[in-house]
Amino acid sequence: MAAIQLLINGSPRAVEVAPDTPLLWVLRDMLNLTGTKYGCGMGLCGACTVHLDGEAVRSCQTAVSAVGAKKITTIEGLSADNTHPVQLAWIAEQVPQCGYCQCGQIMSAAALLAQTPHPTDEQIDSAMVGNLCRCGMYQRIRQAIHRASSATPASGSGKGA
Amino acid sequence: MATLTKTPDIRSAAQISRRKFMTTSAVASAGLMIGVRFSAPLALAQEEEKAKKKAGPNPFDAYVHVKPDGRISLIVAKSEMGQGTKTGLAMILAEEAEVDWNTVAVEQAETRPEIYQHMGTGGSGSTEENFTPLRQAGATVRLLMIQAAAAKWSVSPAECAAKKGMVSHPKSGRKAGYSDLVEAAAKLPVPDPEKVPLKDATKFELIGHATPRVDIPAKVNGSAQFGIDVRVPGMLFAVVARCPTFGGKPAHFDSTKAKSMPGVRDVFEIPALGAGIFTAGGVVVVADSTWMAMQARKALEITWDHGPAVSESSAAMYDAMREAAHRPGKRVRNDGDVDAVLSNGAKKVDVLYEMPLLAHATMEPMNITVHARGASAEVWAPTQCPDWVQGTVAQVLGLKPPQVIVHTTYLGGGFGRRYTVDFPAEAAQVAKVVGKPVQLVWSREDDMTHDFYRPASAHRMQGAIGQDGHPAAWFHTLASTSIRAYWDPQAPPEGQEVGGAKEMPYAIPNVRLEYNPVATAVPRAWWRSVENSFNGFAVECFIDELANAAGKDPYEFRRSLLVKPANWKPKSDDDVDPARLRGVLELAAQKSDWGKPVGSDRGRGIATFCSFGSYFAEVAEVTVKGTDFKIDRIVAAVDCGQIVNPESVRAQTESAIIYGLSAALKNEITIKNGAVEQTNFDGYDPLRINEAPPIEVHLIHSSEDPGGMGEPALPPAAPAVANAIFAASGQRLRRLPFQLKT
Ligand code: FES
Ligand code: FES
Repeated sequence: MAAIQLLINGSPRAVEVAPDTPLLWVLRDMLNLTGTKYGCGMGLCGACTVHLDGEAVRSCQTAVSAVGAKKITTIEGLSADNTHPVQLAWIAEQVPQCGYCQCGQIMSAAALLAQTPHPTDEQIDSAMVGNLCRCGMYQRIRQAIHRASSATPASGSGKGA
Repeated sequence: MATLTKTPDIRSAAQISRRKFMTTSAVASAGLMIGVRFSAPLALAQEEEKAKKKAGPNPFDAYVHVKPDGRISLIVAKSEMGQGTKTGLAMILAEEAEVDWNTVAVEQAETRPEIYQHMGTGGSGSTEENFTPLRQAGATVRLLMIQAAAAKWSVSPAECAAKKGMVSHPKSGRKAGYSDLVEAAAKLPVPDPEKVPLKDATKFELIGHATPRVDIPAKVNGSAQFGIDVRVPGMLFAVVARCPTFGGKPAHFDSTKAKSMPGVRDVFEIPALGAGIFTAGGVVVVADSTWMAMQARKALEITWDHGPAVSESSAAMYDAMREAAHRPGKRVRNDGDVDAVLSNGAKKVDVLYEMPLLAHATMEPMNITVHARGASAEVWAPTQCPDWVQGTVAQVLGLKPPQVIVHTTYLGGGFGRRYTVDFPAEAAQVAKVVGKPVQLVWSREDDMTHDFYRPASAHRMQGAIGQDGHPAAWFHTLASTSIRAYWDPQAPPEGQEVGGAKEMPYAIPNVRLEYNPVATAVPRAWWRSVENSFNGFAVECFIDELANAAGKDPYEFRRSLLVKPANWKPKSDDDVDPARLRGVLELAAQKSDWGKPVGSDRGRGIATFCSFGSYFAEVAEVTVKGTDFKIDRIVAAVDCGQIVNPESVRAQTESAIIYGLSAALKNEITIKNGAVEQTNFDGYDPLRINEAPPIEVHLIHSSEDPGGMGEPALPPAAPAVANAIFAASGQRLRRLPFQLKT
């Protein structure tokens, strides 16, 4: 057990936990942030995706001790009121079906768009290939990413910064 | 050993006649309360039995509550698995009640079978069975409001009209909101629901119009609570170590190390529960967090008694199925004289199709939270069947069902897996020992290796083309690891295996279907579209093979065989209307430019299929390069009768197609030493975004009764792709998942 300080969605949080505990279970079982989902525990499904300093990572593969001072953003911290462009696009395209995978999908898509505001289909594929949707809503996910992207003013080549 | 024998039986229940009636009652509550009974065309046979015997005071499935402020609640126990059930139900009610869409709320009912009778969500039936009763309930609200207003103003009800939660009397210009009328309306005698005038379908303003789903906003910000998200003060977490071999159990175990690990509260053994529940039993670890429980489970030292199933393998299962598909079986359909045609010199095709066991692999693994408090219990369950959960938990805890409250959470996928009560029974066993709220979590590995699998099957298909180029005989011999034989060994084993094969819709004079069950210890149950998933593949690929043998275009060939006799009447709920099937076939062909050249290495394939009362045709376009292929697009045509929410129909169609293609392209459960070999998404990887083809959905507008939507888009997807691959490459793929040869 070790005392670990985390910065989650802008707030400092302290947990007393075995250092090798995956961030996923710290969020879900200790901090009650259950929007981050467990799907496979092996980095195969993307349901557990969160941001570390804006970069999409699989929280099931991230030991809590490895987070350090990096800022953690979970789905609960993406926006205060469902107004992140990706969330708006997800609602407009009616993406979620059962919805279980969607928090992870949205976190992956938000990280993609932050880096590459106007992704091509190929760029979407390579950024989203790690996120399974057993309800098969891939076509809508693709359309929603394009929609969110067009809500962002075009800048440069669109090939990413 | 527990002996609950309730077996959800989607197929046989389909033969039960529809009961459509609604009664009203003034349950003590402010405002107007109307009880609603749903017809149950695809409900559970046993529930039907229960309903017949029942004579309780509240024989309703749902309530419509018009509150004093004029807002309406539909209180109903239907699981939301993402199919948009709740949105659709509210739309139907609002349409007839003439209220604003946003004044209707759907509330999840607590499980109280003494009040809410019929609570399963399966068989694609939610809209199908609720459509007319809900319209009648909504129309009753409208009628009572108009009567209350007319009485208040001393005018004839015929001179009044209702719109947007308001009754008006145009002659005098008077208006009153439902909130002002509800008290008087609640005192009026309730009309016979069968006699309440319903709106003309051409006047629908909500039904048939795309409406955003009410559950979506909570699903984009993490606030939607799935079963695994339930958090109760003081709760603990549990995992179970189960024997990998089906039917095995711990011979002995040492928990010393596990118990010494941080956060571990308890380690104990639970027995397997038998027929109808089917838990594996095993060694339970209870801890302060899911992760701690999982880690401690790894530290258990267990010696397993594997039991007799340890000798089972997929190779042996396929051998047995092949053998069974080549011997006479039970005749399920026998038109004309197949033998006479097949023994003469006609042009014959004789081939074998084989399909594997499949896991459901819902995105949210199985889990459930139970708090056993002695004389009562509370359950939070992601389930398709809350009242069965209630009965099972009560039985394990030695309580009566009304002592158990079940809260149904959101479901992270169902697909039939969440119809069973194995995980609820296990959790009750654990909760009984723990005495605190405890969440039982299945890891992905648990979920993959202890599912109830889609049966494996082999299909010997024999056909003959006559001199005139028409098919003269069709002989399908089906062998499968029967679901029924697992759940109810006394019942005919073909009960949930032959659907879609028996109703083979093409006009062929000599048709026979025979069935042989194949024994296995592998648990089986209902997987999205049940047996239609494999029979659809065999039937729709084989008709393509016959078209090829006859030298005909596969679309024209099918079309010429979908003939509706002048005096045609459905003999059962499952009977396929050839004209509706031809309708979707033609629409799919037209929208996909059938007949136009597709280019080299490319091919188009078509398949059409009816299940759950809905008609689908799908065209696949593929590019084949060596042993690789890519699906370029899928064009789907849908006739699911009266459409409530086109948005949901489209989404469900896309979803079922991708689910079917995952099985066609990639997924297979194999058995070695009596255990499942695939343990996570590395061994059983569903389709991913880069593999998912664009899907176009075209809807036929129809006023037929609504058909099911969660499943019927699935069966034609795999055969459309297989037929397209044949068109592109000349290779017939007769085994799933597909593997092209060089
Ligand atoms: S749970 Fe982390 S990738 Fe699946
Ligand atoms: S919406 Fe159900 S898994 Fe993606």
